[in-house]
Amino acid sequence: MSQETQLTLGRMEVGQTGTIIQILGGRGLTQRLEALGIRPGKKVTKISSMLFRGPVTLRVNHTQVALGFGMANKILIEIDKSA
Amino acid sequence: MKILLMGNPNVGKSVLFTRLTGTRTIASNYPGTTVGFTRGYLKLGEEQVEIIDVPGTYTLEPTSKAEQIAAEMLKEGDLVIDVVDATNLERNLNLTLQLLERQVPVIVALNMWDDAHHRGINIDVARLEELLGVPVVPTVGVTGQGIRELVSRLPEAAAPQVIYSSSDERWAKIGDIVSQVQSLSHRHHTWRDVLEDASNHPAGGAAIALLVLVATFWVIRLIGEGIINYVTDPLFNWLWTPLLMKLSHLLGSTGFWHDILVGKLINEDIDYLQSMGLLSTGLYIEFGVVIPYIVSFYLILGILEDIGYLPRLAVLMDTFMHRIGLHGYAIIPTMLGLGCNVPAVMATRILESRRERFIAATLISIGIPCAALQAMIIGLVGQQGMQYVALVYGSLFISWIIIGLILNYTVKGFSPELIIEIPPYRLPPWQVIGEKLWLRVSSFIKEALPIVLGAVLVVNILYTVGIFDFMANIAAPIVSGLFGLPKETVVALAIGFLRKDVAVGMLAPLGLTATQLVISTTVLAMSFPCVATFVILARELGARDMLKATGIMIASALIVGSLQNLIL
Repeated sequence: MSQETQLTLGRMEVGQTGTIIQILGGRGLTQRLEALGIRPGKKVTKISSMLFRGPVTLRVNHTQVALGFGMANKILIEIDKSA
Repeated sequence: MKILLMGNPNVGKSVLFTRLTGTRTIASNYPGTTVGFTRGYLKLGEEQVEIIDVPGTYTLEPTSKAEQIAAEMLKEGDLVIDVVDATNLERNLNLTLQLLERQVPVIVALNMWDDAHHRGINIDVARLEELLGVPVVPTVGVTGQGIRELVSRLPEAAAPQVIYSSSDERWAKIGDIVSQVQSLSHRHHTWRDVLEDASNHPAGGAAIALLVLVATFWVIRLIGEGIINYVTDPLFNWLWTPLLMKLSHLLGSTGFWHDILVGKLINEDIDYLQSMGLLSTGLYIEFGVVIPYIVSFYLILGILEDIGYLPRLAVLMDTFMHRIGLHGYAIIPTMLGLGCNVPAVMATRILESRRERFIAATLISIGIPCAALQAMIIGLVGQQGMQYVALVYGSLFISWIIIGLILNYTVKGFSPELIIEIPPYRLPPWQVIGEKLWLRVSSFIKEALPIVLGAVLVVNILYTVGIFDFMANIAAPIVSGLFGLPKETVVALAIGFLRKDVAVGMLAPLGLTATQLVISTTVLAMSFPCVATFVILARELGARDMLKATGIMIASALIVGSLQNLIL
């Protein structure tokens, strides 16, 4: 497995789909993300990112969620090979 | 008996609430519309039951003030109607399963059933009911589908009290349920997808935002002016003036009561902006100037809210808003503030930290003029040319940014990051928009009119008693020295504490120059908020922070007013 298949949501490219491997944060962050359906094992698609380290929008299930750039960098993703 | 309507944010609880109780509430297409709670009543057989519309929450372990309210309310309920967004079963079931651990009986309303269908999401309701162990009723809040069945099955609500040892276990159970009841069928790319993609793109998003902003201002002005020119002005001129003139003759054209009711005649006639009578200027300011703009503003705001645009604006503005100590979602209370600062300050509850709420509430009170004030500014300052109106707005906007930068630097702590759900675009349900508009306009009239008339009365009495001359002389050094305004404007600035629209109205007879009008209206907008906002600030921030905010307001009004006097 090459290094490039695992990266954070922040570094993922718009349009890519991947599976969440791990939330690199404390209990508080994990809980808040979990409440929105963002947790390890879920498939997510990055929809957009704003300029200047602005928020990242992703799709999980049928919802879109926008997250601050810092949070996005705490979500570790494994990119789907087919994508 | 108390029934709680609970569920994730933006699943349509408020619309269901209105359907169930007939009580009107504000419903919109963004998470966090309901920040307090609304009570209503439903007749269930012989019994009158109380229904409470609880703010939306993703979890019973609260992460914001609005969610905290929701979690606390749960203790009071005898029954919970758990409103679940059918298009988002998995995430919604997390709260459902948490509710099912408690002792309170639950019934599930599977809402947005029509939308799920359009999106190719099929849910086996009978199987879901079996797996959860509580009744599940598909509903469509906007059309009322399923409401009767929901009410008739309320007695079946159950409390299985299945407890999960960890959230992982709960999620595993949810995964299991979803895989058993939900199947997806193929769907086509719709207009929404195209629009959603466009507004997510940074450049496309910015272009759309600019377009929306310009169009919004243009349309609000167009509708407001339209109502004034074709409805309220003709009514006042052709119907009300002749009646008032009759009354004026009856009262002998002069004297104490004449001046209070009809006001002073100017060239033997009533001048609605200058006469200052309860029935002339008092009514005209509200119905002839302010209400047309209130109607227009809330109509457009309602449409923006229900389409689902505001959260996207929040994402777009996030980076900028962080510079002034807030995050993107603060744009929602700010937009509400352009209507009235009172609901705006209350809406700051959707922000997570105390620091953010303080900064947001202070900035709203300083830099965001309410619709009533804006209508008067456009009416009065606009007579001198729209460039002067632009000067007022420009000064307010620049102050808003600079004070935000300073507050971000000085107030301890940091602002948390944005984390919000972006709702899908929806076509605005016109009935909901109409009801919302009616609710907002009628509650504005109910709350504002007594204060407006009271303020006009106070003005008249104080004039007669001669207190104004006294006040004017005391404050003359500040007002004339710093702002370059005639000392009589002190009175208007003081009345601004009661209501800003009346205060601007009082500037009309003073014969101010265009520059003086710009300075006085800017100072009015920035200095202390009206009494209604004051009360809400004290309640939401606490007395100490409210005083701090007031200090900042007065200081910035002094500085900006003097700077304008120097530069303009």
